[in-house]
Amino acid sequence: MKIKLIHHKTLFLLAIFALLSIITSCNSDKKSKDSEDTVTIDSLEIDEKLIQDVKTVKEIFYSLPSPLETAMILKQAGAKYNEELLNPTDHVSRYVTNKSMALNLGIYTTDLSYASLFDQTQATINYMDAAKKMAEGLGILNAIDEDIIERLEANINNRDVIMDIISETIMNSSSFFEENDRQAMSAIVLVGGWVEGLYIATNLVAPEADLKNNELVNRIIDQKLTLNTVVSLLEENLDNEDVQNVLTNVNELKAIYEKIEITTSKIEPVTDKETNVTTLKSETKVNISPQTFNELKEKIKVIRNNYIL
Amino acid sequence: MKKITQIFIIFTVLALLPFIGNAQCKSFAKKVCKTELNPYIHDGNYNAAILTEGEDAELYKTFYAGQNYRIYICASETLPDIEFQVLDVNRNVLFDNRKNNYTRKWDFKLESSQQLIISLRVKNSEVENEELISGCVAIMFGIKEDAN
Repeated sequence: MKIKLIHHKTLFLLAIFALLSIITSCNSDKKSKDSEDTVTIDSLEIDEKLIQDVKTVKEIFYSLPSPLETAMILKQAGAKYNEELLNPTDHVSRYVTNKSMALNLGIYTTDLSYASLFDQTQATINYMDAAKKMAEGLGILNAIDEDIIERLEANINNRDVIMDIISETIMNSSSFFEENDRQAMSAIVLVGGWVEGLYIATNLVAPEADLKNNELVNRIIDQKLTLNTVVSLLEENLDNEDVQNVLTNVNELKAIYEKIEITTSKIEPVTDKETNVTTLKSETKVNISPQTFNELKEKIKVIRNNYIL
Repeated sequence: MKKITQIFIIFTVLALLPFIGNAQCKSFAKKVCKTELNPYIHDGNYNAAILTEGEDAELYKTFYAGQNYRIYICASETLPDIEFQVLDVNRNVLFDNRKNNYTRKWDFKLESSQQLIISLRVKNSEVENEELISGCVAIMFGIKEDAN
């Protein structure tokens, strides 16, 4: 990684040039060079206060479970595969607005991850194609190109490679939004995928199921912990009208989740010296009534079905 | 006038950093950082930013019971050491890499799902100079199904 040393006068000229470039190329899809990852500012007579301001900048990330993680959580909790729960791929032509394409990029990517974890080869290809159409509609360049589809088809029986491809497509999409200052769309994609995960999970819990000691129910309840992160992520982008609408839905879910009690003990980290893996030991108690569970399931269904209309 | 010029330059350079840095960060995260997650699978989320020495960042995320996780803090080699801690919601420290030779990775699993905070800080350079060194810092998560 190369370090750039730029002198004062040159920097001033560069600054003017760069500002003009930004103004004129703000909405272009021009690709950036990506061969360097460090920037060093040199030879500036910066006063103390300005240095201090620079040094107190703080970056905050709100990270939601990605579609791939959601699918892995479902499988680990004992979920079965049910294709009827997924958003049919022939719905793709319905989505023409940025909001609907972003939501359904998240939804289709969760469906894709879920299908791939259960070795559903044809569904995996179909959902990758549906996600590709949503990404293209949103102007995401190279998130899912022909090469990815070919790699997917060539490795369709190798789950590790498939998961790596899915992980790469998720990263390509989220980094594209980040690079192009479209964080609002990125947030909507993540919420779409998260709601789809909740929809699949709540529908895989049998009506007569015991809500206690049920891993799938526990993972649904755990989403109460994620809700604050979802809200914070959306609130960072409240100037976007689509985000405001999605936040209204999330707050409806939050109102129901507030009826669920979760108490957790202090966390004790214990490290296995052989494997170097730390276990965070703690005990959590949850309390959810069948009425609250059904209310939650119904609300998730209404929101999700509205998203896939 | 000189002061205004300086402020203008600094403001402009700071405004430019995200544009220059984001594309570089993605490439860096993809080519360099992802491999460090093996044998864990990258979750696909992109959490990266250009940070300058002395700056800090925090990430909020829920981690789920039944999964094995690897946190990997990936940073440009020109940056000074990165300090990172994992905290619970009450900010009790669960892991501190300063006590572990500034390791950039931490493998863990949970008995019950928890919201955790990953807090990191780029150390100040030990060499006194007028340069502020900046570079890409990515917080990467790998997941692995629990074999138990």
